Amino acid sequence: MDTISYFKERFEKLQTNNVDAHIKDMRDEAFTEFEQTGIPTVKHEEWKYTRINDFFNKDYHFTTDLKEQSFTVSDLSTLQLPGHEDANLIVFVNGHFHEELSHTRSDELEILSLQSAAGHDKYASIVKEHLGHSADYHKDGINALNTAFIQEGVFVHVFKSRTASHPIYLYNITDARNGNIFAQPRSLVHVAQNAQVQMVETFVTIGADESFTNQVIELVVEKDAILDLYKIQNDEANSKVVSTTHVHQIGKSVANVVTVCLNGGLIRNNLNMVMSAEYCEANLFGLYLGDNQTHIDNHTVVDNRQPNCLSNELYKGVLNGNSTGVFNGKIFVRQIAQKTNAYQSNRNILLSENASVNAKPQLEIFADDVKCSHGCTVGSLDEDALFYMRSRGIEEKTATSLLLHGFALDVLEKIKHENVRTFVEGLVTKKLDL
Amino acid sequence: MNTDVEQLIKPETSETDFDPIESHVNSEYKYGFVTEIESESAPKGLSEEIVRFISAKKNEPEWMLEWRLKAYAQWLKMKEPTWANVTFPPINYQDVIYYSAPKQKAKLNGLDEVDPELIKTFEKLGISLDEQKRLTGVAVDAVIDSVSIGTSFKKQLSEQGIIFCSMSEAIQEHPELIRQYLGSVVPVTDNYFSALNSAVFSDGSFCFIPKGVRCPMELSTYFRINAENTGQFERTLIVAEDDTYVSYLEGCTAPMRDENQLHAAVVEIVALNNAEVKYSTVQNWYPGDKEGKGGIYNFVTKRGICKGVNSKISWTQVETGSSITWKYPSVILQGDNSNGEFYSVAVTNNYQQADTGTKMIHLGKNTRSRIVSKGISAGYSNNSYRGLVRVGKNASNARNFSQCDSLLLGDKCGAHTFPYIEVKNNTGVVEHEATTSKIGEDQIFYCNQRGIDTETAVALIINGFAKEVMNQLPMEFAVEAQKLLAISLEGSVG
Repeated sequence: MDTISYFKERFEKLQTNNVDAHIKDMRDEAFTEFEQTGIPTVKHEEWKYTRINDFFNKDYHFTTDLKEQSFTVSDLSTLQLPGHEDANLIVFVNGHFHEELSHTRSDELEILSLQSAAGHDKYASIVKEHLGHSADYHKDGINALNTAFIQEGVFVHVFKSRTASHPIYLYNITDARNGNIFAQPRSLVHVAQNAQVQMVETFVTIGADESFTNQVIELVVEKDAILDLYKIQNDEANSKVVSTTHVHQIGKSVANVVTVCLNGGLIRNNLNMVMSAEYCEANLFGLYLGDNQTHIDNHTVVDNRQPNCLSNELYKGVLNGNSTGVFNGKIFVRQIAQKTNAYQSNRNILLSENASVNAKPQLEIFADDVKCSHGCTVGSLDEDALFYMRSRGIEEKTATSLLLHGFALDVLEKIKHENVRTFVEGLVTKKLDL
Repeated sequence: MNTDVEQLIKPETSETDFDPIESHVNSEYKYGFVTEIESESAPKGLSEEIVRFISAKKNEPEWMLEWRLKAYAQWLKMKEPTWANVTFPPINYQDVIYYSAPKQKAKLNGLDEVDPELIKTFEKLGISLDEQKRLTGVAVDAVIDSVSIGTSFKKQLSEQGIIFCSMSEAIQEHPELIRQYLGSVVPVTDNYFSALNSAVFSDGSFCFIPKGVRCPMELSTYFRINAENTGQFERTLIVAEDDTYVSYLEGCTAPMRDENQLHAAVVEIVALNNAEVKYSTVQNWYPGDKEGKGGIYNFVTKRGICKGVNSKISWTQVETGSSITWKYPSVILQGDNSNGEFYSVAVTNNYQQADTGTKMIHLGKNTRSRIVSKGISAGYSNNSYRGLVRVGKNASNARNFSQCDSLLLGDKCGAHTFPYIEVKNNTGVVEHEATTSKIGEDQIFYCNQRGIDTETAVALIINGFAKEVMNQLPMEFAVEAQKLLAISLEGSVG
């Protein structure tokens, strides 16, 4: 059976009772689009270096009901990130928002299911306006596939003029202990005017069967709000992840996103920063450390739609073993977006003979009064620096890992949440002690 | 020095009058005239018969016809590519005349017998075919519409064993070389336009530098589209044997016409051990009028291969013309220690669109490449840099440096950068940097303060911006290119 009819069969089985009318329409529309585009192949420009269609030859288990899950509280406790006792928890299991395992600790925010938010008199309009905004940026079928299967997603609202007292920890858990799993978590986060929140996202696979996660998270940032988002990807080799993060700044605001990719079979991140208001600031930082057969692909888009915005982007990668790194950074400056400052830098270190990297830093500029630059480097470790250390009695292994630490630090120090930073630093240290 | 170049130099060498932009504010595309010469054309459209017709016209051997037919069969199977960052109405390939030649006597014995009208045309263009009067020492092969009409300095060159002649002549007289090298760098199946070119190319230049010879003069081809509704499909092949050097220039112009004309050329360069080839282009096809009407579609495949060790290929281009440019001069660095260079200035104004750049494919060990690309956009134009740097698995110690800067004049134009970097070897070092900006107000102010008016200041800054590339051009071209830059941007600043 070909992929499209495979999904069609499952789409038709989807439950339609208790589904909000607007979401149902969106699903139908998205599925029609998916039918037309299908799964992107390497012929698709945005997927030139990342092959995912092979994974769709397998038979996956689509869970439509949470009751089928065998995932328990004790399973969760083994996966928790440090500081979880002091955080708001959002738990997705196989793509479903697990309300019982999730937990709201802060008074400044509300976490509810996407379906109930869509029917909520206060939130319905927000859902209607912002859910699915990312579709404009991804015409590749994968985004539509997620939308077509929206069931139990999550909606987060951070109240106006409040600073969340606790961060939000979002777990995307795939329980592949009993069969191949295809999970499609969906979230919508709304940071209201003058509010502030920190979010930490992580991806975890348990079990040895195949796991494919196709996640979409959309974040709306209003005027004077501040959003910090940390994505930590330290998963198992059997996991494949396509993660789309869509940050839409609709008022003068600040958004900081730090992505750290450490382990996993295949990681593809789409990060969009859409600046729809003047004086927005966006900071995008990424660190990817590949080894073995890991394939890490980071696609970023910075879309300057209004004047006087500022964006900073720094992505760094170290590739070892047979790993492949891909970086594609796009900066759009619309004609009206004068006085834009947009900077982008991508730096890669190849440590082994079989590692490779494909980079494509891209600028598309339609306004003249702008300052935009990008830089990209690929190389190996600085021999002079190594020699300097070795001549001072530091053995090669230590010298190498020292240099790599310094390289990674630029990104790690951008994580403002201390618990998380210490945790990630520990993971990185472990990984770089070659 | 020919008269045109002399004319150009005058206003620019005297410092006080240095004002290239203002002096050309009202000048139109000066090469837009049409020469009234009788020409012989094939009927419109493309079919197997037309391919056979062209081949028969050129009295080509059987193998050449087969080669063309194979290319035509391939072309039919291919689809026109759409990935470039340009937009234009679909081209009707059946509405193009694929062969047009100035009518002339069966066989020319010397330049004296060339139609005087033709000679006049080239004199108007500043290309004198009359060797006696020339002082600059540049050997020229002039190609009008589809056919080479004369090559100068042939004798002197042949004394050293250098072959410099039209492609059709080469097919007749040096079939073994053509069979060996034609299509070896740009295969028939390479892309849509190269397949089209392979099927219908009517002429072009062939240049062969035998072992150990350093070509004593610049070689040059001058392309001119004259007839209406024609496409120009020329094919250039340069082969540099071991231990040789050659510098090659290419220039192009076309009359002003309302409809778009197609130009799909292929240039191939082969550099063997220790050979060095320098290829410079000043592309000044008719860019269309201020409303974007007319102009040439310039879809060109240029590629060189550094086959031997220590070989070097250098592309330098100044792109000011054409309504749409689509061109990526590339170098395959196959030989160890080989070196590839790409220097480009692309200027777009009004409704011009340019999607240009380079490919550097590192295959051999210790290979180096350098890319310097400067894009200047004005009016409603769009200017894209698209480049690929690939370091293969066995290309140890490969080194690349790329720099692409864009300058935006006006808020209706666009500048885009699409660099692809693919590295599969951990000893390679690849660097890429790009900036986009406009001319700074502080820079203008600095000049104003010192008594330089704004327009001159702008010209000064643009010249400085492009200097790194201009310096790479041979003397004869550098002057012309600088002036072209000014003309292309006329009225777009200040």
